[in-house]
Amino acid sequence: MRIVVCVKHVPDIQSERSLQADGRMVRDGGDGTLNELDENAVEAALALVEEHGGEVVAVTVGPDDAVDAARRALQMGAEQAVHVLDDAIAGSDVFGTATVLAAVVRRLGDQESVDLVVTGMAGLDGLTSLLPSALATELGLPLLALAAEVRVEDGAVRVRRELDHATEVLEAPLPALVSVTDQANEPRYPNFKGIMAARKKPVDVLTLADLGIEPQSVGAAGARTEVLEAAARPPREDRVLVTDDGEAGLRLAAYLVENKLV
Amino acid sequence: MTNHLAGPVLVLLDHAPDGTLRAPVLELLTLGRRLGSVHGVWLGAEGPGGDVLAALGAYGVDVVDVLDLGGADARLTPVVADALADLSAALGAAALLLTSSFDNKEVAGRLGVRSGAGVVVDASDARVVDGRVVADKTVLAGTWTTSCAVRTPFAVVALKANSAQPEPVASPTQPAVVAHPVTLADDARQAVVVERQERTRSDRPALGEAQVVVVGGRGTDGDFSAVEELADVLGGAVGATRVATDEGWIGHDAQIGQTGVTIAPRLYIGAGVSGAVHHRGGMQASGVIVAVNSDPESPIFEIADLGIVGDLFTVLPQATQELRRIKAAQG
Repeated sequence: MRIVVCVKHVPDIQSERSLQADGRMVRDGGDGTLNELDENAVEAALALVEEHGGEVVAVTVGPDDAVDAARRALQMGAEQAVHVLDDAIAGSDVFGTATVLAAVVRRLGDQESVDLVVTGMAGLDGLTSLLPSALATELGLPLLALAAEVRVEDGAVRVRRELDHATEVLEAPLPALVSVTDQANEPRYPNFKGIMAARKKPVDVLTLADLGIEPQSVGAAGARTEVLEAAARPPREDRVLVTDDGEAGLRLAAYLVENKLV
Repeated sequence: MTNHLAGPVLVLLDHAPDGTLRAPVLELLTLGRRLGSVHGVWLGAEGPGGDVLAALGAYGVDVVDVLDLGGADARLTPVVADALADLSAALGAAALLLTSSFDNKEVAGRLGVRSGAGVVVDASDARVVDGRVVADKTVLAGTWTTSCAVRTPFAVVALKANSAQPEPVASPTQPAVVAHPVTLADDARQAVVVERQERTRSDRPALGEAQVVVVGGRGTDGDFSAVEELADVLGGAVGATRVATDEGWIGHDAQIGQTGVTIAPRLYIGAGVSGAVHHRGGMQASGVIVAVNSDPESPIFEIADLGIVGDLFTVLPQATQELRRIKAAQG
């Protein structure tokens, strides 16, 4: 099996994250990391390759730092990586990103067929979780999103997923696109051998021109939404902190009544 | 009028298998009326029942568009997305509002590609400014608020539950019911549903839609009885942190956080919840936040309107008992 995994470099969610006036994420904090939820995607791909044979190719889109996300995937066990690096991509919305990723998957498929595309369930920056569905549509692939469990058997992929009102099992023939949740697995830590091996693995750097994409169709120019205002939420005022003196439960009840929450 | 859209505003009428509307749909209809003429979109040739039609009229729906999927599985999100893409093109729709559930976000992603729409998900409000749809949302674990304008002629906005107070119209409409056959491309049906189990409906409100949510975390040590009793006296839902679901103390569907359910109830009460960033991302937009935790250093106290440093096993039952007493006194 040849599996493409999409990985994203995002600001560490434990760090102080902020937006610029135009609503774009500040990404130069130096504490970026592989999107935690993409580690589950890499792990799922590696586990499938370990079971069925083949290789994992990691793909990332973004500025110079973004290659760190791909490197992490290589350290975990991916064989090769692609980094799409082009100034015109800055400010892309999810549809611009899907256009770029789809072009990469098609290009990889021209070299050797791609059986599966795996993504995380969401990026911990924008957290829209729209990309898997947009990318599957661009590629004309069946979508099996939010997999808590992934199995491949007899040329078909089967996932179990939990939705708001139901639990489902979905099945589709390969090739397909799967997004995995953080319930799907426990991502491995790269070991010393993996870290050393990753240094020798190829990272193919591509531009929009290499992919045949018009610059104005992606990036801020092609984005379908624009942020008019972005403001840090003011801290909550009138916060009350009390220590239980034996009557805190009564105080809680009174607070709910006073604030008409009962 | 620049604050009203010229084209129809579609509202996806999410409903339970028994044909009843999901609660947040009434909020969408209320918001939708402010944007333009509302069309309710019903998936399934049989159409809505009489009670539902009356409810739609009470909320000012002008037209109900009934989509006959020709036997295709309406549980598959590509099927829903393609049917909505066809309908919106046929009607020249200016906007589609839908609830921000996991499956509706899949629909929105495909619809964006199919129809060229600008998409905003997890929005908390939508309005029209200078002829464009503008949606508000909180981002970065609830620490920032943004307003996004949609630059395309067709806007898709997925709204979180509790984004608006449902308000019926003064004089109900009599919605026209229009049936539309839908022709789907083959690639909408590549995946199939092999099994599906509807979640058993408890007497408590659904977590994503509840006005009050009481959440248990690590501090419960697996005993959710105090959490459940407080939730019940408040008519609320029960939620949990990632730790509590991973430990198997409660089902995964109760998990609140960035990778679980995102909630914005009027009242959030966290018991034995420390307030890790993953969890805060799923609840920080709540109206009033109350936290009960024995560790005064818990980060949740930084965002709590009322923080109680104490043992949840004494504080919660005392509050529950007092609330029962007050309710009984009120008769």
